[in-house]
Amino acid sequence: MAYQIIESCVNCWACQPLCPTEAIYQATPHFLIDAKRCSECEGEYADPQCASICPIEGAILDSLGEALNPPGSLTGIEPARLEAVMAQMRAR
Amino acid sequence: MAQLSGTSVSDSTQEGCSASGCGGSQDQLAHLPEHIRQKVHNHPCYSEEAHHHFARMHVAVAPACNIQCHYCNRKYDCANESRPGVVSELLTPDQAVKKVLAVAATIPQMTVLGIAGPGDPLANPERTFETFRQLTERAPDIKLCVSTNGLALPEQIDELCRHNIDHVTITINCVDPDIGAEIYPWIFWNNRRIKGRKGAAILIEQQQRGLELLTERGVLVKVNSVMIPGVNDTHLEEVSRVVKAKGAFLHNVMPLIAEAEHGTFYGVMGQRGPTHIELQALQDRCAGDMTMMRHCRQCRADAVGMLGEDRGDEFSMDKVERMEIDYAEAMVQRADYQRTVEANRTAQAERRGETLISLASLKRPVKESRPVLMAVATSGGGVINQHFGHAREFLIYEASAIDVRFIGHRKVDLYCSGDVSCGEGESVLQQTIRALEGCEAVLCSKIGFEPWEQLERAGIQPNGEYAMEPIEEAVAALYAEMVASGALNRAEAPQPMRISA
Ligand code: SF4
Ligand code: SF4
Ligand code: SF4
Repeated sequence: MAYQIIESCVNCWACQPLCPTEAIYQATPHFLIDAKRCSECEGEYADPQCASICPIEGAILDSLGEALNPPGSLTGIEPARLEAVMAQMRAR
Repeated sequence: MAQLSGTSVSDSTQEGCSASGCGGSQDQLAHLPEHIRQKVHNHPCYSEEAHHHFARMHVAVAPACNIQCHYCNRKYDCANESRPGVVSELLTPDQAVKKVLAVAATIPQMTVLGIAGPGDPLANPERTFETFRQLTERAPDIKLCVSTNGLALPEQIDELCRHNIDHVTITINCVDPDIGAEIYPWIFWNNRRIKGRKGAAILIEQQQRGLELLTERGVLVKVNSVMIPGVNDTHLEEVSRVVKAKGAFLHNVMPLIAEAEHGTFYGVMGQRGPTHIELQALQDRCAGDMTMMRHCRQCRADAVGMLGEDRGDEFSMDKVERMEIDYAEAMVQRADYQRTVEANRTAQAERRGETLISLASLKRPVKESRPVLMAVATSGGGVINQHFGHAREFLIYEASAIDVRFIGHRKVDLYCSGDVSCGEGESVLQQTIRALEGCEAVLCSKIGFEPWEQLERAGIQPNGEYAMEPIEEAVAALYAEMVASGALNRAEAPQPMRISA
């Protein structure tokens, strides 16, 4: 069982020092999780540490490929609202 | 090395400056005890007057953050941004130390090194303290500063106080958890993410405890607050009262910066920032018996040089690696430079004294000559030496029958160079005129015909007569002219005038 970091990661470093198994490492273009080391924090913490501090929605996926922090869950911005504003900006 | 290109991180978005807070002018600091005045005397951010002479730098060693603020976004990247929290090069502690030594050897004005992000310095304790440890040893004449959201502060105070630190800046936007819940969506605390009011309550408690512990130890604490209209604007007077009661020595109220293109919660949700007038009015209401900092420029987390300038490009890591530095020699030069500045400052202060007397001798009844706001274009040195069209910011002074006071500065293109890049459709000149709202004159070294006309039409009198003259004397002289010409007898100013704090 392991989590993974995907391309929306912004390399903010928040997760890396917190990982109890040292599974997270700096890589290009973004941080990665070593699947062999990641324990999903089982037995260490109630919540997976990386996903609990990551500020970017959708950057960390669980073993089923589901976002641990789905859209809207961290910023409080409704996904539809965000899309509308982004579309408006693209149109300019 | 990670590149945080144009990425703005967390709490420091609005406080890049913490390290170097922003101060009132030397005169305005007169009420402070002598030992505190000593500490701020050479600090470009704490002392408005010092910032004409001394430089500061920030090193971006602290990428991670442990809270989320609604005015910060770590993922959106606008190439034209130059605002707090934005850095172009994340440094390791070793690189940061090299860079500090290189800058201090090149810019003798350098007195202060701050760590203000791009995340929260205390959420990156190893990186922050390793940088401080090395600098305490190798550059003992440089003051160290840190700026923090306060969440991890109480636990880090012992380690902080081991270093060459005179002051700490805490960003405190509220003391009420209900308001906090509207500003901070979550915090990371005891290994979990805590959302909403509960998270905000913990953050507030940690900030207040940190403030108390620091003042108990005699460390100066400056509080930064971000003014968010409709969220904490009325509440900030209460914040000001509380933090002053607990011993904070300065309170710096800064405007929210929120543009949709920054991708922050506030930007996307259309939360507006305060107008210059609203900000000034709140600063005045918060002032009480304590000076508000008004010259804060909300610098980037990797700014280098005098306030209002950024020489970061000269000190990119590849350039620094190639420099040879004799730091012992540099320290001698720095001490020399500082002695010269000291002598000049004393001389200037004496001259200023005379100005004040001559102004008072106008003997006009105060109510006849109301106070006037004036904008000044300067590239430093305390004189009017900048072409109107080259000014990226204006210093704002209030002249009255009693004195000339520095009020703050207004940037004209800092947040985003709107028209070109983001399609706002407002010309730079129009933006500038809007930024000068409430001012009745603008002093500069030169000005073109078109802006002259447009300024006049907007009720702002351009003036190039005082080129190369010291700012405060010129403002006083122009005010005297306005009084003498009867221009101030018109009953009403363009908008309600501020009352002196
Ligand atoms: S879930 Fe835990 S063990 Fe796995 S990468 Fe994240 S922090 Fe490390
Ligand atoms: S916390 Fe999230 S965004 Fe930051 S480095 Fe880790 S995965 Fe990337
Ligand atoms: S002026 Fe700049 S460096 Fe000084 S406190 Fe303000 S933002 Fe920081």
